[in-house]
Amino acid sequence: MAQLSDTGTSEETPVIDELRDEIVAKLRSDIGDAVIDVHQIPGVDLWVRVSADAWRAAGEALRAQGFDYFCFLSAMDWMPSPFGTGENDPTDEVEDDPSAAEVRQGYAGGETRFQMLARVTDLRRHVSITLKADVPESPDGSMSIASWISVYAGANWHERETHEMFGINFDGHPDLRNMYLPGDFEGYPLRKDFPLLARLVKPWPGIVDVEPMPASDDDEGDDS
Amino acid sequence: MTMLSERQQLSYIAAQAADARLNVELETEGMTLNIGPQHPATHGTLRIIARLDGEQVIWAEPSAGYMHRGYEKLTEVRTFPQVTALINRIDWLGSFANEVPFILAAEQLMEIEAPPRAQHIRTILFELSRIANVSLFLGDLGVQMGAVTPVFMAFRDREYVLNLIEGATGGRFHPNFDRIGGLKDDLPKGWLDETRQVMKKLRNFCDEIEDLLFGNEIFQSRTRGIGVIPADVARQYGLSGANLRASGVDWDLRRDQKLPLAYDKVDFRVWTHPDGDSWARCWIRLQEVREATKIVDQLIETLPPGPVMTKVPRIIKVPEGEAWVSTENPLGEMGYYVVSKGGLGPFRVKIRSASFNNISITPWVLKGVYVPDIITILASLYFILGDIDR
Repeated sequence: MAQLSDTGTSEETPVIDELRDEIVAKLRSDIGDAVIDVHQIPGVDLWVRVSADAWRAAGEALRAQGFDYFCFLSAMDWMPSPFGTGENDPTDEVEDDPSAAEVRQGYAGGETRFQMLARVTDLRRHVSITLKADVPESPDGSMSIASWISVYAGANWHERETHEMFGINFDGHPDLRNMYLPGDFEGYPLRKDFPLLARLVKPWPGIVDVEPMPASDDDEGDDS
Repeated sequence: MTMLSERQQLSYIAAQAADARLNVELETEGMTLNIGPQHPATHGTLRIIARLDGEQVIWAEPSAGYMHRGYEKLTEVRTFPQVTALINRIDWLGSFANEVPFILAAEQLMEIEAPPRAQHIRTILFELSRIANVSLFLGDLGVQMGAVTPVFMAFRDREYVLNLIEGATGGRFHPNFDRIGGLKDDLPKGWLDETRQVMKKLRNFCDEIEDLLFGNEIFQSRTRGIGVIPADVARQYGLSGANLRASGVDWDLRRDQKLPLAYDKVDFRVWTHPDGDSWARCWIRLQEVREATKIVDQLIETLPPGPVMTKVPRIIKVPEGEAWVSTENPLGEMGYYVVSKGGLGPFRVKIRSASFNNISITPWVLKGVYVPDIITILASLYFILGDIDR
């Protein structure tokens, strides 16, 4: 990233790279081919995608490596929202651009609509890693992945939240009760195809209410 | 609209039924104590269900969700500049601190950086929100344990800090002042002198609280050795901020990560405590208010001249990518995982709030304690409801 390479000295960056390379190499030696893809922004951050079967093994390997601080666990729904994005009027017809409806994953790639997302930190080496895993849907539409509770006890509430919001089941989780919603609530609110009712009832006026930025006064002055 | 209200009514009925079922299930030979959701000791609408054997807790579980506002969903239908108005309300006592990591994540994706003066002012306001937040904690701590005086002192002195925040940003509780690329405005005239005065007052407040509360025998006997969290458990649960440092883990994101904020230009101490008990958590926070006043003092002396806003397009589009930025907020590590698809608004924002992790340890730490200690432990873990439920 330009931002960090400006502030950081040029000698420092390769050192941090070595650290992240070492982490990936160690992870590969621990769980082998389960590491599917790696994305690295040198000196900034590291993303690793592992296979769904190796989700718990990856957590255990990272914890053994020193990543013992549990930051968060969540999921991603990569399907673009069928109700349009916020800046559009959701009652408008969504334009028939085939690429707009395409499921396109972010860093470290992916094959499924849903992906797990977790982040753990090594407090001694001052480095964090974002772990991803594809979550395949079974024919009946349910999804499940191994629970991290035995690895990081703090994953308990995060998995409950993820189950409630995305409908992903965690094998080995003792108590996947809802945290926020009523117990018999239907639907998974953070899925992209779950409508935000308030928006459908009263459409967002759009970008009109963006206030002018302080710098924009000068721009307008130059134009006139 | 009828559809909405019907749905709300149905979910209300369902919630009532679920509650009734839960209460029936819990009818055992022991006693089930329900603390909250409305109770002075629960700091908001957190509800604690504790099963007791005599005076001892054998099982306790917080029931969150009374304030869930669905910010992660709402951010998906907002533009990037609009999101700060929402996330202000996550930890409402230190609102400005909530805006900073999100703005930094957006700036990281856009590969821009705020001018040095804006970074400085951001850091000053960040620390002021820490002082406003934690000084109220110190007062509230007393009132939860039955000492009424500290809370009046805390409200009195927090007022000075809120006046400063209002003077600079126009908002006492929800500044909404941070912008992608800088700040909305520069500081008003005379603000720096006033800040110096207020920092002196706050240091006096810390001394007063230390004498009055931390020197109090009853306070000591109620907090010393109560609710001990060992370091490895704290890390496993992702405890952060003062709760983690009170368990002896020397970790502070202000010092230990590189961000475009002015922390590398100031000299401050990260306090840790080896005990991991309620006392340690409270004591660390007291020291952190003191350190924050020192940070603000140093930043005021070294405030660089220049603009507070870099050139950004009038309509902000954030390039495709993913960014994680977290900062050391008053409550602990607060971070945003921002995914952009190149549009005007974020594709997804995962909000990692400190209190969610900090409170998730309560079933573990409350096991085996006595009823009055529940209050002490919850007070010392320090949570803001909006920060749990989001």
